[in-house]
Amino acid sequence: MEAAYIKRKADGRIHIKSGSKGDQAVRWTIITLAVLTVVAFLFFNYAGLELGPAIKETAYNVKVMFLEPALNHFDLGEAIYQVGVTLGLAFLATIIGAIIAFFLALMAAANLAPVWVSRTVRVFVAIIRAVPTVLWVLIFAIAAGLGSEAAVLGMLFHSIAYLVKAFSEAFEEVDKGIFEALQSTGANWWHIIRSGVLPSTFTYLLSWVFLRFEINFGVAVAMGAAAGAGGIGFELFMASGFYFDLREVGFITYAILIIAVLLEVLSTRLKKRYLPAASN
Amino acid sequence: MNEQTMRKSRWQTGMFLLIIIVLSYLSSAITAFNFVQGLATIPKALGWIFSNLMVTQESLEKLPKILEKLAETIFMSIAATTLAAVVSLFLGVMGSKTTKVNNFLSVFARFIASVSRNIPVVAWSLVLLISFGQNSVTGFLALFVGTVGFLTRAFIESIDEASQSSVEALTATGATYFQIVSKAVIPQALPQMISWVLFMVETNIRNATLVGILTGTGIGYTFDMYYKMLNYNAVALVTLCIVITVIVVDLISNHIRKVIL
Amino acid sequence: MSLLKVEGLGKSYTADKKILKNIDFEIKAGEFVSIIGPSGAGKSTMLRCMNRMIEFNEGKIIFNNQDVGSLNKKELRKLRTNIGMVFQHYNLVPRLSVIENVLHGRYGYKTTLQGLLGRYTEEEKERAFYLLEKLGIHEHAYKRCDQLSGGQQQRVGICRALIQEPKLILCDEPIASLDPNSSKVIMDHLKSISLEMGITCLVNLHQVEVAQHYSDRIIGLNNGEIVFDGNGRNLGEEQIHKIYGTKSRELITA
Ligand SMILES: Nc1ncnc2c1ncn2[C@@H]1O[C@H](COP(=O)(O)OP(=O)(O)O)[C@@H](O)[C@H]1O
Ligand SMILES: [Mg+2]
Repeated sequence: MEAAYIKRKADGRIHIKSGSKGDQAVRWTIITLAVLTVVAFLFFNYAGLELGPAIKETAYNVKVMFLEPALNHFDLGEAIYQVGVTLGLAFLATIIGAIIAFFLALMAAANLAPVWVSRTVRVFVAIIRAVPTVLWVLIFAIAAGLGSEAAVLGMLFHSIAYLVKAFSEAFEEVDKGIFEALQSTGANWWHIIRSGVLPSTFTYLLSWVFLRFEINFGVAVAMGAAAGAGGIGFELFMASGFYFDLREVGFITYAILIIAVLLEVLSTRLKKRYLPAASN
Repeated sequence: MNEQTMRKSRWQTGMFLLIIIVLSYLSSAITAFNFVQGLATIPKALGWIFSNLMVTQESLEKLPKILEKLAETIFMSIAATTLAAVVSLFLGVMGSKTTKVNNFLSVFARFIASVSRNIPVVAWSLVLLISFGQNSVTGFLALFVGTVGFLTRAFIESIDEASQSSVEALTATGATYFQIVSKAVIPQALPQMISWVLFMVETNIRNATLVGILTGTGIGYTFDMYYKMLNYNAVALVTLCIVITVIVVDLISNHIRKVIL
Repeated sequence: MSLLKVEGLGKSYTADKKILKNIDFEIKAGEFVSIIGPSGAGKSTMLRCMNRMIEFNEGKIIFNNQDVGSLNKKELRKLRTNIGMVFQHYNLVPRLSVIENVLHGRYGYKTTLQGLLGRYTEEEKERAFYLLEKLGIHEHAYKRCDQLSGGQQQRVGICRALIQEPKLILCDEPIASLDPNSSKVIMDHLKSISLEMGITCLVNLHQVEVAQHYSDRIIGLNNGEIVFDGNGRNLGEEQIHKIYGTKSRELITA
């Protein structure tokens, strides 16, 4: 006698998977990505590619880059200055972005603003996010001319989008009791923000700002190279695309790597210290 | 006591604001950024955007060509992300404290991840361009390297979160290391990992634009071309295509995330 | 006949503190033995020394005429297939189905490749269903484990141990996270496993009454030392005080 609760496949073998919707979605996502990847390789444009020599040459280039770094077209002082420019661009975009994001996040937080306002802000942010930063910078460069203004303004958009999301989530986690307590004392909206929301989320917000600064450093390097926004990224572009000087590329890469790793170590510490605590 | 801590915290806040202001001043000095001019640019730029970035009939004729490049970019991003995910899976298992084989390999995996993440994608693009030339493979590889770095870090976190307890249980049944990893750890971490992969596909479509500008491939190249030709109507169309793609990919991944998490 | 024999067992995690000191005991095949003691006494540590989930520093453990301490990796794996383990927090893979979790108990018998492919024989699957039915959770076989109640999850854990066809089952506080009803169900199942299948059970427990009710024998552990070893009936007020180091009985039973 066969027990009714045992499920069998067509060939009589017993099923063991739960077959839940989630498992199936996971499976189909993996299959789809794998198929698309195969298709991608069939679809690629391989113009002028000779794989063997290319790999050999790249290996050699990478070796020169990392083992024989040197500065040929400018000196160390200039390099430090250019790193400073990149850090400056990243800092400005982060700080201005954080200030704007703070106000937008107040409007985006479901517990602080009417539904239609928060929804509008969220859609707005999603659209902003969909335009790559480099396009923002290039578009601003037409209107404002190439320079730090275009770079900072262009970088601002994604900083704002990123921080609005993080900030508004932080605001939404603020204890309801705080609102009620303050409301009952007759405090107005601004009062509640200033003495209720801000103090209880401040370190949390600050950690996110720092995380964004870390990201913005990388973005600022990229904008220097791709959009002529200056700084160490532009030097990288010149060394590689103009002088074909791999040693200098290596030196600049090391400089960027050092700063990036330093920022990463700092932000990981911050995250460990402030972000898990704030999420409960 | 209470008043003291309050005074202290106020002092701290003051110091903090001062530091921010000083750093902002230094930043604008070194970058020659002019706040007033910057602010004045915004309405000007927005005005310019709304009057010039218009999709016209004429630019629509370029749509098939743009779509072709867009498809190349999307495929490039997906391929780079998927293959990077495979590599990252191994590095993630090696790196996570739940599944690490030994400390050396764990540190090694984390080191690889950190280096490939922190060397800017710009540097990879430019170096690869020299020998691989102006084709999809260059863009693919540049995206691939950065993605390995990012996904490895994310996967390590996902695997760390997978509970140590089922690893203990399977060890106690006499299961081997690979059985434990594939049957107890990965099934737990998989939905989270898929979620990161989807996030990275979307990010890479955006990054592909940047990489494309640098390496002359995909939609980035198309954008750059029209941009330099001052054909702003076509620029608008390219931008619009990218925006729609990213939003659609975002919506799809959000939907999948909702089902699997 | 003795199934498990422990001689002069000692364990320390750090140089300055010995967690287990000179532990000696012997367990006969088919016996149901409880280990009681205050938290931090070293119960979990001791249990995990038996299948070397934790490596011990001193002494000797003989299981089924094998010197546990001297086994190499492969032999240890073989040994572990003979020892089932049940945990306080069930330690299931939450996203997998009940039946998959039960079948995890078969990995010890498989090569890595068979395990990776997830191949189980039809007999193994039938056996898994048989065990699930025996513990009364066969209806949930295709549910994800995280959809089950604590008591049900613990029963899955027991099935996973049983499908190993073990000679000994180690239980680390199997009912510490369960309500009284589920606790009773679980203890009844463990007891009947020991009686019907002749499987030896070594169970860490918190509650003295439960230990007295179910076990053939009780070992009392305090601060890494055995301070009582005998029948539950002989466990009086004084002995309990010696084990728990407290006068208040409420503290123990709470
Ligand atoms: N992995 C470990 N490293 C260091 N000390 C440990 C470890 N595990 C347990 N201990 C210590 O060993 C002692 C006994 O722990 P345990 O065996 O869990 O006791 P019980 O299960 O009786 O509550 C405790 O003092 C605990 O702090
Ligand atoms: Mg314990």
